[in-house]
Amino acid sequence: MTEVAINPVNPYLRMDRMPSIWCPGCGIGTSVNCFARALTQSKIDLKKTAVVSGIGCTGRVSGYMSVDSFHTTHGRALAFATGLKLGNPELNVVVYSGEGDLIAIGGNHFIHAARRNLDVLCVCVNNFTYGMTGGQVSPTSPATAKFTTAPLGQFEEPFNLPYLADSCGAVYVARWTTFHVRELTKAMRDALKKRGFRFIEVISPCPTLYQRRNRLGDGLDAMKYYQEKSVKKNGANTSELRIDFQSEITVGTFVDRERPTFADAMNARYKEVLGPRYVPCPDNYVPPQAKGEGT
Amino acid sequence: MAADPRGVLTGQHYLDGNHAACEGALAAGCRFAAGYPITPSTEVVERIAQRFPTMGGVFIQMEDEIAASITLQGGVWAGKKALTVTSGPGFSLMMEHVGLAAITECPCVFVNVQRGGPSTGLPTLPGQADMMQARWGSHGDYEIIALCPQSPQECFDFAIKAFNLAETWRVPVMLMMDECVGHMTERVVIPNAEDIEVVERNFTKKKPGEYKPFDAGDGWVPEMAKAGDGYNLFVTGLTHDERGYPVMNHHAQEKLVHRLVDKIRKNADKICEWEEDGIEGAEVVVMSYGITSRVAQRGVEIAREQGIKVGTMRLIVAWPFPEKRVKQIAPTIKSFVMPELNYGQMVFELERCVAGMTRTVLVPHGGGEVHDPQVIANAIIEAARGKN
Ligand SMILES: Cc1ncc(C[n+]2csc(CCOP(=O)(O)OP(=O)(O)O)c2C)c(N)n1
Ligand code: SF4
Repeated sequence: MTEVAINPVNPYLRMDRMPSIWCPGCGIGTSVNCFARALTQSKIDLKKTAVVSGIGCTGRVSGYMSVDSFHTTHGRALAFATGLKLGNPELNVVVYSGEGDLIAIGGNHFIHAARRNLDVLCVCVNNFTYGMTGGQVSPTSPATAKFTTAPLGQFEEPFNLPYLADSCGAVYVARWTTFHVRELTKAMRDALKKRGFRFIEVISPCPTLYQRRNRLGDGLDAMKYYQEKSVKKNGANTSELRIDFQSEITVGTFVDRERPTFADAMNARYKEVLGPRYVPCPDNYVPPQAKGEGT
Repeated sequence: MAADPRGVLTGQHYLDGNHAACEGALAAGCRFAAGYPITPSTEVVERIAQRFPTMGGVFIQMEDEIAASITLQGGVWAGKKALTVTSGPGFSLMMEHVGLAAITECPCVFVNVQRGGPSTGLPTLPGQADMMQARWGSHGDYEIIALCPQSPQECFDFAIKAFNLAETWRVPVMLMMDECVGHMTERVVIPNAEDIEVVERNFTKKKPGEYKPFDAGDGWVPEMAKAGDGYNLFVTGLTHDERGYPVMNHHAQEKLVHRLVDKIRKNADKICEWEEDGIEGAEVVVMSYGITSRVAQRGVEIAREQGIKVGTMRLIVAWPFPEKRVKQIAPTIKSFVMPELNYGQMVFELERCVAGMTRTVLVPHGGGEVHDPQVIANAIIEAARGKN
């Protein structure tokens, strides 16, 4: 009999759903590997952890994690997570989705979740395209690159995601590529332990669509690009983190600060105004009949 | 089970429908609300924002109705009873998430204080033109339940009913008010907490591993679990099996969607509710709902004064529609008459059920005010004489 080495991340995954839908060389799986390791290392209670995704290739992440998984609607993961977290403040809520999902259709929820300092970790896999729907333009698509909906080359300005998150008030902002697995794992671990709106951008290859259409080779070629063109600059000014077509990619932890979360601010305000009359959530109210029933 | 007394403002009050609906929700145990301001519904969440902090409730004003309609579902999966409140334009934005609630069987309440439409329409004036949208507004096949209060007292009572039905059937329930009912002020009697029947969520007692979150067993409605209870829930808007796992084929679709539809259709007798009067021996039956019922009542009286035998059927639950009862009545009368603040919505459902057994006469009105009762009376009189 051959010994089969069990991957240490397996217990964090729904192995009964493997193999995943992701293409060979896709970076989403790599990011999930880092995330699973970060979950182990951070020692957070998995029973009290929920992963929420929108729709997209990255949107499938929630459904592969062996925790409470919520696969919601396109763009609305953060809005759903807002309800989940405020409804049960004991939960560790992680939102994991693509840049089209979080920043295009979900952009409004993103800026408001960051502004409110909603206590969630938001992981955004940025592959510069809409993977699930076949390689259309996304809000981070760099100019001149080709997409099914920009066959002559993209010409819009791309979003600089760390800058966006920073200016909206995120308390933790980092960017790594799927080449930087150790750094990404550590960033996820650090972010899991922090409170408030934490944002990690993961630059990730989509060999099937983005790279093929732009003749950028396969997953390995992407790794070479990330290795050669990434520049580590912790604390860099987020306004300078723009990514152009095959340009330099600044990676690192850019923001790490403290600010009251939505719930902190709400609790403080209501306590100040209402004093002992304020009943915060969770509210462990036991209905009168249920008391002493003894069953 | 009786209501949590902290949410019950026992006594006699003088409230408008919007405030009464808020009190009904609180009495029903609603402790999570997400909203976005819109006339003529805003008073509901304004009162919630004021009342929640003393009873463990969480209210958040979201950035738009698309958000509000899914934030509330996050609240539900966290274990809360939750609602959102809106009117026409916001209701349109919420539609994708009505479908999400339907397929994930998320028990929740959407309050729509209807105004004149389409688009921005008549923000401060009544309409009843979202009745079909309530039923069909999201894509795909699904069923919902919709209730139509005609007074502030009913806004209170039906808000409780809406939560109870949502928990019983695990469907989104629409409380379809209108601007008149929302803004009219009348006496509202709120009973003692122990006299209010509240349906609590049917949380599973099965162990993780044994529990399949979307397995309805021999019944229609699966037991629920919430996030954080160690069940590794998988909740998705994709077609899924009993475990909640996505399955992309027609077998899974047939199994899931058929149950979603049948759990309401096959149980319509338990859910449908209406009030009727004078049907026996009637020549004409007036069917109405919401504010229009009260106006129609005057029209009925005028017609009765003229010696016409008029029966009435007032929808309390508009969806599912009381098909069986309509089919019993239809062959015995000359005509149904249906006034609505729209150019024909529920009347199409009535017509479908009547299936040619008698006539159906719509008394349309574009909204912005209620009908002139005389117009309804004239329609009844003409219907009795076989003229319209
Ligand atoms: C309301 C709505 N609009 C459009 C879609 C189609 N759709 C599914 S995924 C997706 C884009 C996903 O792109 P991204 O978030 O970048 O994720 P990726 O697939 O690249 O991981 C779109 C447009 C949808 N599911 N719902
Ligand atoms: S299409 Fe692109 S993003 Fe989607 S799984 Fe394949 S490689 Fe990954």
